[in-house]
Amino acid sequence: MPKREGQKKTDAPRGAGATRDAGEAAVVRTSPFHARTAALNQVQLWSHWSNYLAAGRYQLSDKAEYFAVRNAAGIFDSSPLYKYRIGGPDAEAFLAGVLARDIWACPPGRAQYTCWLDDDGFVVEDGVVLHLPQSRPSVNEYLLTSAEPNLAWFADRVGRLDVRIDEVSDDMGTLALQGPRSRGLLAKLVPQAETLPYFGVTAGKIGGAAVTVSRTGFTGDLGYEIWVDAGDGLRVWDELWDAVQGHGVQQFGLDALNMLRIEAGMLELGADFDSSRYAFNDAHRSTPLELGWGWMFGDLKRDDRAFVGRRALEAEIAGKTSRWAMRGLVLDWQDYDQVYDEAGLIPPKDHTPVIGDSMLYEDAAGAGGAAASGGQGGSGVALGQAGYATSFMYSPMLQRHIAIARMRPDLAKPGTRVKLELTVDHHYEQVAAHVARLPLYNPERKTA
Amino acid sequence: MSTKKTPAKAAKKRGAPASTSLASAKASRAERTYDAIVVGGGHNGLVNGAYLAKAGLRTLILERRHLVGGAAITEELRPGFWFTTFSYALSLLRPQIVQDLELVKHGFMPLLMSSTFAPMENGDYLWLTQDHGQNLKEIARHSKRDADAYEQYGHDLSKVVQALKPLFDQAPPDLFSDDPEELLALTQLGRRFRSLDKRTLHNAVRLLTGSAADFLDDYFESEILKGYLASSSIIGTKVGPRSQGSGLVLLFHAMGEHDGEFGAWSFHKGGNGGFTQVLARAAQAFGAEIRLESPVAAVITKNGRATGVALTDGTEFYADTVVSALDPRHTFLELVDPRELPDDLVETVQRYRFQGTSSKVNFALDGLPRFPALPGREDVFRGFTNIGPSIDYLERAFDEGKYGWYSSRPYIDGAIQSTIDPDMAPPGRHVMSCFIQYTPYKLRESDWDAEQENLGDTVQRTLESFFPGFGDLVLQREVVTPLHIERTVGLSEGNIFAGEFFAPQMFFFRPAPGWSQYRTPIDGYYQCGSGTHPGGCVMGAPGKLAAERILKDRGKGRG
Ligand SMILES: Cc1cc2nc3c(=O)[nH]c(=O)nc-3n(C[C@H](O)[C@H](O)[C@H](O)COP(=O)(O)OP(=O)(O)OC[C@H]3O[C@@H](n4cnc5c(N)ncnc54)[C@H](O)[C@@H]3O)c2cc1C
Repeated sequence: MPKREGQKKTDAPRGAGATRDAGEAAVVRTSPFHARTAALNQVQLWSHWSNYLAAGRYQLSDKAEYFAVRNAAGIFDSSPLYKYRIGGPDAEAFLAGVLARDIWACPPGRAQYTCWLDDDGFVVEDGVVLHLPQSRPSVNEYLLTSAEPNLAWFADRVGRLDVRIDEVSDDMGTLALQGPRSRGLLAKLVPQAETLPYFGVTAGKIGGAAVTVSRTGFTGDLGYEIWVDAGDGLRVWDELWDAVQGHGVQQFGLDALNMLRIEAGMLELGADFDSSRYAFNDAHRSTPLELGWGWMFGDLKRDDRAFVGRRALEAEIAGKTSRWAMRGLVLDWQDYDQVYDEAGLIPPKDHTPVIGDSMLYEDAAGAGGAAASGGQGGSGVALGQAGYATSFMYSPMLQRHIAIARMRPDLAKPGTRVKLELTVDHHYEQVAAHVARLPLYNPERKTA
Repeated sequence: MSTKKTPAKAAKKRGAPASTSLASAKASRAERTYDAIVVGGGHNGLVNGAYLAKAGLRTLILERRHLVGGAAITEELRPGFWFTTFSYALSLLRPQIVQDLELVKHGFMPLLMSSTFAPMENGDYLWLTQDHGQNLKEIARHSKRDADAYEQYGHDLSKVVQALKPLFDQAPPDLFSDDPEELLALTQLGRRFRSLDKRTLHNAVRLLTGSAADFLDDYFESEILKGYLASSSIIGTKVGPRSQGSGLVLLFHAMGEHDGEFGAWSFHKGGNGGFTQVLARAAQAFGAEIRLESPVAAVITKNGRATGVALTDGTEFYADTVVSALDPRHTFLELVDPRELPDDLVETVQRYRFQGTSSKVNFALDGLPRFPALPGREDVFRGFTNIGPSIDYLERAFDEGKYGWYSSRPYIDGAIQSTIDPDMAPPGRHVMSCFIQYTPYKLRESDWDAEQENLGDTVQRTLESFFPGFGDLVLQREVVTPLHIERTVGLSEGNIFAGEFFAPQMFFFRPAPGWSQYRTPIDGYYQCGSGTHPGGCVMGAPGKLAAERILKDRGKGRG
């Protein structure tokens, strides 16, 4: 396995490099780590993520990559994320007004999972914001990530505040080191990682290059993200790669990530919800409460901070008008097997996530609690519909078929029994399932 | 009132010291009384005890050794190096058990063995992975015809497995009973076979009675592919791939699954010992009590009923349900007095074939082996390494075994488990488990105490011939012979399945005609080890099905 082949040609350090190479059409970009990840990509399968080449998997088995993360550690290149550097004397005030979660509770050296809303209280997007450690008291900077471009949306809301917002998506690379061994391995390079708390942020050096390390990730496991200048990408990769050798660490791609994040109950834009900005009707919009983020707003009663969408959110809380509740779903294994057995099929236990709506119905046998008539949900909810699942898979860790689902609030109590509609032999079958709290997989080490 | 007649004084009259110890003896007798006692903390004993405890029985599991697991243990033989001393991979475990006993909660984690690497004697290899398309092309390298046949073979075998799988999850009907329930079960069994298509039924019979070589010859021409597929037809059994009966062993090993994929094997986190630790935690969580270093000498019986057990040190425990999780020889000939049993049962058990023929050689390695045709390639070791490059190779290995000696070029099922689970070895170092055949329990004109290290050398030499430089990597070696298995685990003659897999010892007849339903002739005395249906392997079915029988009997006021 030639290890670092193709290094020369693709060694151009920055993602934007492809655009700059004279004579080469800028069809796709490559991440700052591409020279290394490309050499490791045995299957040569790439998908396009925000115009970047992103590996779906690096080897023949995505499941092997998935297990590496859950049992040792994995490295994921998440450079294609949109990233904004936000600074200036009024950065706090600005973020306090545009982000829905209280940024004042996020001192330097901390990060927050947050979201931003429109005036109607619908979610525009979610992301992680890092409050970068201060090198000098006068320097106060945030790094905000998002899945889609948001610069105009933020810039339009600056008003008279003294804030600088730079999009740095192409100028930085991000590596996620995730899994039970991540702490020990990263601490070899950045000793502060050893004691970095969940959602803590620290500055460090890897291979002489300045890096920011945050204890964040999209796997629901113990894990870290390393933020580097694009030009330092390969240096940092090489140091990290050397440090993890012999520890069962594997690079992992989007396919494994998708499995991990479903188990972890982490929602994905475009899969489990859509941005309110581009929705044509409210059925495609979600409030943060409907997405299960009510915990972000425990402080509203005590705090009068003003932010976009606050009034609508308060009205939703007071009127209990949420149309849905975000929940996990665990399928009844016996019922699942039976449906397939009766059709003469081998019950598939496929870990490949199925993204898309699958209908949930009330359990006619009576789960108790639920109003028999149904129809309490939002507009267009069919009689008897209990909700819908958006991400469905067989979880090797949990040994069950699971899903991320939206439940009618009256059917959202954990333990409530519902029916999930699946297609078996080209017709619909209903399989018993029960509602559970998210995340479905939640190891202690994640926050410990 | 007079204070003279205090109870204490009254007691003193009768001899106080004796009385207090009598009282404490009484208390401790109550403490030593359970609803059910399971003898043997192998995986089947643990499964059985967990189900009984889950059903609310006060359950005691007694294990002779300092750790539970029996043949399924993992031991740190060298600091940082964890060896799967005996059993090393997982597939047949009944998925229901994972759910019923909530094993996920206690750490159940079957890691993926993502490939099989089968080196050939001419330096070439067959490497099968998780990618179906790649596998077909890889097979086509050896035979284009076989790539197509492989699809058909996989489909045909899956159909047979699908048809027979339910038999693993129920007790065999009693052929010899007039009980309407049993007759009904027999009829249902007949109906199941009647409902199969002709091809599947015929394939099933060919596998259950014929040889693996014959079956494979009908599909394939490539020696390496046949050698690899035939390898599972000899595991744990004194048959060669050309022996009648090897088909059954092949089929048995295809009956397992990994996440729904038939015939796929996984490596449990921490080895099968990691798995039995999970089981022990589950059993305890349901309330079962596990007592280590408690060898049972005998089952106590009274008027044809089991009433408890006595340890070798004389300690007694009482219960009206006693379950032996040991093999049939121990269950019927040692734990109870055979004179209490019907002659025909005793005779059958005496004739019951063990003749262990498998060994293990486990290595601590300084690095990964090198295969000359694939220099620097490490991912080929993320799974099984199968040294059985042709049916001839396996059959020749068997020839030597037949005549009472171990194979000079043995069959080896290798697995470098630290590539899958890095917690098994220090960084950069590895553990390699090698399952070896043939190594007959009874050696001609020698014994295993004398031959143990020679076997280790033979295995190492064989590996060296495929992976030059292998010997230089060896930091430590553990040789586990059939005698060692018998002495350590208690499996008679070192038979890994607690009795060979062949038709007269399966299903209706496991372990003996008329005693395939986990009962014994002694009321309240049950059997749940691998010597009962469906048989050996880390599958838990005997433990589970026996628990169902026990609970049913208790419900009826029997047992
Ligand atoms: C070398 C080897 C390799 C194998 N490889 C595999 C494999 O990879 N995959 C697989 O599925 N299967 C494998 N097997 C088979 C499988 O491990 C066994 O069939 C299975 O573990 C047997 O489980 P059991 O609970 O029925 O019995 P055992 O595991 O034999 O358990 C019996 C227990 O009873 C205890 N005991 C014995 N006597 C007494 C007494 N008097 N009082 C109290 N306790 C007592 C023993 O110490 C032991 O713990 C292998 C077996 C061997 C030996």
